[in-house]
Amino acid sequence: MRELVSTRTNPMIDPALHFWGWEIPVYLFLGGLVAGMMILSGYFLFRGRHREMSCSCLTLPLLSVALLSLGMLALFLDLSHRWYFWRMYTTFQPTSPMSWGSWILILVYPALLANALIRPPAWITSRLPWVSTLSARIAKRSAAVKFIGITNMMLGVLLGVYTGILLSAFGARPLWNSSILGLLFLTSGLSSAAAFVHLIASDPLEQKLLAKADNGFLTLELVIIGMFLIGLVSSTRVHLEAALLLLNGPFAPVFWVFVIGLGIVLPLIVQSMAVNNKVAHTPVAPILVVLGGLILRFVIVQAGQVSHWTRVVSSN
Amino acid sequence: MARYGMVIDTARCVGCMDCVVACKTENGIPEGYDRDWIAYDTTGAFPTLHMEIRSERCNHCEDPPCVYCCPCGASHIHERGGVVLVHHDKCSGCKACIAACPYDARFIHPEGYADKCTFCIHRVEQGLEPACVAVCPTHCMHFGDLDDPNSTVSRLLASREQHTLLPEAGTKPQIWYLK
Repeated sequence: MRELVSTRTNPMIDPALHFWGWEIPVYLFLGGLVAGMMILSGYFLFRGRHREMSCSCLTLPLLSVALLSLGMLALFLDLSHRWYFWRMYTTFQPTSPMSWGSWILILVYPALLANALIRPPAWITSRLPWVSTLSARIAKRSAAVKFIGITNMMLGVLLGVYTGILLSAFGARPLWNSSILGLLFLTSGLSSAAAFVHLIASDPLEQKLLAKADNGFLTLELVIIGMFLIGLVSSTRVHLEAALLLLNGPFAPVFWVFVIGLGIVLPLIVQSMAVNNKVAHTPVAPILVVLGGLILRFVIVQAGQVSHWTRVVSSN
Repeated sequence: MARYGMVIDTARCVGCMDCVVACKTENGIPEGYDRDWIAYDTTGAFPTLHMEIRSERCNHCEDPPCVYCCPCGASHIHERGGVVLVHHDKCSGCKACIAACPYDARFIHPEGYADKCTFCIHRVEQGLEPACVAVCPTHCMHFGDLDDPNSTVSRLLASREQHTLLPEAGTKPQIWYLK
């Protein structure tokens, strides 16, 4: 038997650790979603298919700027000493994933704007005619379009992976301490982005293509979640206990029902039937995928804070 | 170059919390917050139980994950004695250091920055002991240079059985508890 009692009373730390609220999961979700959008639109630019992919290459770049800004607002709201946020930009700390992330975010904005310049929306070109002139100049050079595509894909991968590495670098929280979390959040971001295009695209061909891609991403996500859990279960006792929080502990209902069942398996079945023309495309499946991605971040961030090396409780 | 550490004799500690009060007074810790605290660790099976009473705080780890994860460079290893400190005016309050600490030794000060034990470096630089060590009525706490083989902390570590907290976390804590 071991019973550990402490007189410590620090807010957010005792009696249960809870230092990150809704802001961080929302930021991680939006960061992952934007990462997925950058990879998708970057891929179509690279393949020279930006003219046909209207939603991916016309809507996504500027939408990504707005979504990422929302995510950064959530991040800013989380800071408890927030008027010192600029301190992140007076230094680069190579051992800190957050430092990498803050600089990656700075690079993402110009890449997204360059992406948006290739197919600028009419409401911008009608107000700023020079944008269409510049856009035409870039579009003439296929090497420039490819370069912008590759840059968007690379930064998208960096952004998506970083949102997971950010958590996995914290060895003190056993649930997070798996580097495959980077790959999981990247894949989840890709599936949410593909679902988003599936949801809003008006062209049936683009819709179907992204639904097919989403099925691939969802399948991959299931495999990665399996590997994530196997890694934890086969590791030390504290890592096993961390995995049990999701498998049969307090987070199990949300994890199994909303993340796995409604967020991945059900939309995967529905979308597989839709791309095989067994049922019509329904917005329900992609909405479930996007919500599943958001809930995944909430579950991982909250359960990670519960997982501990030592816990100040009575136990047998 | 000094390497500061603390050795606490759990056979002498009675959990009186003088160290906690001294820290609060010396460092002006706001009400409801603790830079140090008492842990009562009971192990065994009734009736052969064993209780270890410990005065705990930041372990000033030699491999401090709180310093490695700080995006602002606010958490740092002080040039004197390897003490882990926070520049309050560089801290953005991102809470990464709180996530990184396996001892949950940090907290967010009501003014917004991350806060923790400093080993009373302001006193140590004047040749004084940390406040908690100075007031301990059972003299169970010792502070000194681990690199000096003649210091009290080095001699105690060489002569008594001891343990650190969560050595398996791999952070090389610089506070030892004598059994």
